Amino acid sequence: MRHEQIETNSGLMLLLILVVISIGGLVEIVPLFYINETVEDVKGEVRPYTPLELRGRDIYVREGCYLCHSQQIRPFRDEWLRYGHYSLAAESQYDHPFQWGSKRTGPDLARVGGKYSNQWQVQHLNAPRSVVPQSIMPNYPWLLQTDLDYSDIVGRMRALRWTGVPYSVTQAEYDRNVKTFGKATADLLDINQAQDNLLKQARDRDFDGNPSRITEMDALVAYLQVLGTMVDFTKYDEGYFARFR
Amino acid sequence: MSDNTLNTKQKTGVVQTTGHSWDGDLQEYTNPLPRWWLWCFYGTVVFSILYWFIYPSWPVGKGWLKGYGTVDYTITDKATGGTVEKKDQHWNTRALLLEHLSEAANDPKRKEMLAKVQAATPEQIAKDPQLMEFVRSVGKGLFGDNCAACHGQGGQGVVGLYPNLTDNDWLWGGSTDKIQETITLGRKGFMPAFGAVLKPDQLDDVAEYVLTLSNEAKPSEAADRGKAIFQGQVGGCYYCHGADGKGLASMGSANLTDKIWAIVDVPAQKTLQDKKAQIASFVAKGVNNTRIMPTWQNRLSPTDIKLLAVYVHQLSGGK
Repeated sequence: MRHEQIETNSGLMLLLILVVISIGGLVEIVPLFYINETVEDVKGEVRPYTPLELRGRDIYVREGCYLCHSQQIRPFRDEWLRYGHYSLAAESQYDHPFQWGSKRTGPDLARVGGKYSNQWQVQHLNAPRSVVPQSIMPNYPWLLQTDLDYSDIVGRMRALRWTGVPYSVTQAEYDRNVKTFGKATADLLDINQAQDNLLKQARDRDFDGNPSRITEMDALVAYLQVLGTMVDFTKYDEGYFARFR
Repeated sequence: MSDNTLNTKQKTGVVQTTGHSWDGDLQEYTNPLPRWWLWCFYGTVVFSILYWFIYPSWPVGKGWLKGYGTVDYTITDKATGGTVEKKDQHWNTRALLLEHLSEAANDPKRKEMLAKVQAATPEQIAKDPQLMEFVRSVGKGLFGDNCAACHGQGGQGVVGLYPNLTDNDWLWGGSTDKIQETITLGRKGFMPAFGAVLKPDQLDDVAEYVLTLSNEAKPSEAADRGKAIFQGQVGGCYYCHGADGKGLASMGSANLTDKIWAIVDVPAQKTLQDKKAQIASFVAKGVNNTRIMPTWQNRLSPTDIKLLAVYVHQLSGGK
């Protein structure tokens, strides 16, 4: 093909430019789909979020927490010392979209689960400066005042199931989850029981300290308290995860 | 471009044009690229090929080329600090981290100091000025990362929520051993709600009695009635707070006889009435699921916890 033909035909040139610039992306991204060790083997320890945690995650995204907080601990010594074990691909395999990032106005939250009590999380989200005077985080007072809307939880889980998250609808899917995660977890991932599971977890654990209501705070704290807690790192020797890269 | 800006070479037509012409007379020269630029370009090509051989590069089948570069790291036993295993692995950032960590762990000075902390009893650490200096500098970072969010940067806590670590009052015991236990396992504060058990005037009486314990209130009839409830089967407060009201570290119950208030902010109330009201409303509600110290054994190493315990202990002068 003559150069002049391309240069004088903007439609053709556009098409060829797209082909050329996509090569870089394709070469870097596509192999990750079929390389065995992209997602580390953690023996089914990472499960999808429960319905309540999932609603908490949606609130996390809605409030734009990701604009200041990343959920990605990188394999550097200073991050290891401050935040703990570096994040694994396996730990965000059910996140759509993932909450990685490099913009940290606040601290990384990948392993914040269990670090503070529920009460601290509630207090801190409501009025951060009441516990951390030098904090610049905004107050989120409406979380405690707003009842959690869980009417569409089934739809939300179905949408994620469509992207490959193993929430179950059919008996076969449920049985598969029992095999991978055990019965207790498989029950939590059953879309048919979604609403019951959400209500039960919120009532049993009472994350916001107010047993009479299920608020957005319940959901958000449930989500924060599970972050980075699923993999038991004492089970793996220090070099295990280095073999996957 | 006007003619007089062209150099002689171009004028004489030594440099070729691309052969294209736009709008009838617009043409483009094909000047050769500067030599230095060209050699830099060739250099980057050579560099990239070397790079492929040294570092992980091309995907192949279900794996990838891992490169000839290696990282050596040692896995150290967290408990003893001894070398468990030496590994030699293809270059990657995770192995590199382990190398940095094992180098840091083998940093002779740091290693020596950590070993000393591990071997010494808290009392021995407290007596050794050099070791205490190490504990203060390392402890400050650990405390800032892990404890300060609740207890405050200086350990002053928040009245009603998180205990002050700089005073001499310790709910769960203030010895280094007890602090170590508290950090390792976490704590869960509990006090039953008396709102349903005691009538409002009984709550008032108990509050008045509690205030006499620390000389906030003078003895009175109401206080005597409160004492009967506190020391008797009706209230049973003495189970946890002790007959003398000094609290039991094994229960995490507060000492009511000193001027330090962990939950009810008595010093902030101006009148006796307000002080009583605050205490009465607290006794009515009790503590359940609101005063929880998380467990740190999965997050911090035993040596770190010991070091933190000594650090926290010295914040207050300790008990």
